[in-house]
Amino acid sequence: MASVVEPESPVEQEYRWTLNFGPQHPATHTTLRLILQIEGERVLHAAPDIGYLHSGFEKIGEHLNYNQYVTVTDRMNYISPMANNIAWHHAVETLLGIEVPKRCKYIRTILAELARISDHLLCNGAAALDTGAFTAFLYAFNQREVLYNIFETLCGARFTTSYTRVGGLMYDATPKFIEQVRAFVKNFPQVHGEVCRLLNRNRIFVERTKGIGVLSKEQAINRSATGPIARASGVTRDLRKDEPYLAYGDLDFNVVCSTEGDCFHRYLVRMDEMLESLKIVEQALENLPAGPVNVPMADRLILPDKSRVYNTIEGLITHFEVVMTNRGFQAPRDECYAAIEAPNGELGFYLVSDGSDIAYRARCRPPSFIHFALFPDLIQGHMVSDIVAVLGSLNIIAAELDR
Amino acid sequence: MATQTLDKLKARFGELAWTYSENAASGNRRIVVPADQLAAYLEYLKVECGFDLLVDVTCVDYLHYRGAKDRFGLVYCLANTISGERLIVRCFLNEPDLTVRSAVPLWEGANWMEREVYDMFGIMFEGHPDLRRILLPDEFAGFPLRKDYPLRGRGERHNFERITREKS
Repeated sequence: MASVVEPESPVEQEYRWTLNFGPQHPATHTTLRLILQIEGERVLHAAPDIGYLHSGFEKIGEHLNYNQYVTVTDRMNYISPMANNIAWHHAVETLLGIEVPKRCKYIRTILAELARISDHLLCNGAAALDTGAFTAFLYAFNQREVLYNIFETLCGARFTTSYTRVGGLMYDATPKFIEQVRAFVKNFPQVHGEVCRLLNRNRIFVERTKGIGVLSKEQAINRSATGPIARASGVTRDLRKDEPYLAYGDLDFNVVCSTEGDCFHRYLVRMDEMLESLKIVEQALENLPAGPVNVPMADRLILPDKSRVYNTIEGLITHFEVVMTNRGFQAPRDECYAAIEAPNGELGFYLVSDGSDIAYRARCRPPSFIHFALFPDLIQGHMVSDIVAVLGSLNIIAAELDR
Repeated sequence: MATQTLDKLKARFGELAWTYSENAASGNRRIVVPADQLAAYLEYLKVECGFDLLVDVTCVDYLHYRGAKDRFGLVYCLANTISGERLIVRCFLNEPDLTVRSAVPLWEGANWMEREVYDMFGIMFEGHPDLRRILLPDEFAGFPLRKDYPLRGRGERHNFERITREKS
């Protein structure tokens, strides 16, 4: 949160209006504030004012252990919490040098892509809602409901999933989960087609988004944009291809790009990315390897099954070793940066470890924060009504913006 | 590709001024550079070595870190969008001189990231166009991500000015 930047001189200010947008405004969807200098309907200058939702997640990260902190990551980008869980434990496992079993990698890949679909559905649905196309939003949200049900089958929570653990997952996938995902893969293309037919040539939607908020390729790179926003501007960077993590190296998919860089093409890139994600989900699901989902019990990293805790002495000892505060697991005294391609862009964690099972520093690289910095430039010279179109296409999540 | 960058750095800055290390588990490649020359290194890496994307700027307070000699470690994560190569550039800062040259002239994306580091750690960035607090209110005193700042704060919440309807 910061004070307003005063315009240069009172004379220039005379015919201008200062319009306050947010922090409580239905079209911001989240808690953020814009101070707009407008002349007529035209925005001359936008000063974002953020920090309303700052809750010190990084400070909390220095006091919770690697397994506990996953609950906090749920609350960062809360429209795709699964992707945050995976990003966090990807970084932790990179720091500890753990290689998770193949089945775990595949399940995490499926979930990361389902999270991407659910994120893009909400982003595009809300972007359409703000620009006057209400029906598409309902179609999108209905599919999100199906995805919530899938997450609920898997871990019992619909929203704050906290599903990953260091070296594995909370539970293994069940046949019911596989059945549900299969049904989703089968039904989703039809709904996707319907949403496309509702929006792609919808005159109101196209005219309100085409040519609005254009981000050039040079600007996208210079301003650190990543994810669908950078790809809509022609940056062909996708960590799933460039640094294949999890199971992405084994699977066949394309990276969706565009060169226009306006709101409409950001929408199109997200729409097509959903179909690519669906391809990944289908391949990963049909090739899901059998075997353990967690690293071996002997590694003393993960809580063993309850049946082993109660029936074997090794299981009992391991359980106590893992939960005891003065044992836990040993982390190397080192620091590392690891990132995944989250729905919104590169979601990375910079971890510093002092040897204990609590991070010494847990820095999150939040894509929303970096993308919101683009906003004043994208909106300059556009109309007041374009603000919601640009905000919707950037997919700003205030909880991730402010952390 | 990786060795090429290091050779170029050796040719430009000599071999003794900076140190290179690699993390075995993560494969992170890192260099530590002198703080007063940080901007020169970043500029060289951007212009000559093709690191066109600034991924992240962050800081670590090593106050309670066993065996640490310096107080603050400033971290710049760079990436090359063409080759996918990554490099982490670090430098160390100590009180009272917590000033480095800003990277905003090189990457506009550094603007908010450096503001956040200033907000949370009190590191000053010389040449930054708009170095104000970003997440916390302007009147906030102290830098909450420093290790000498308690988890539950220093009572700022209670001392926060309350604006009533009459006063506003």
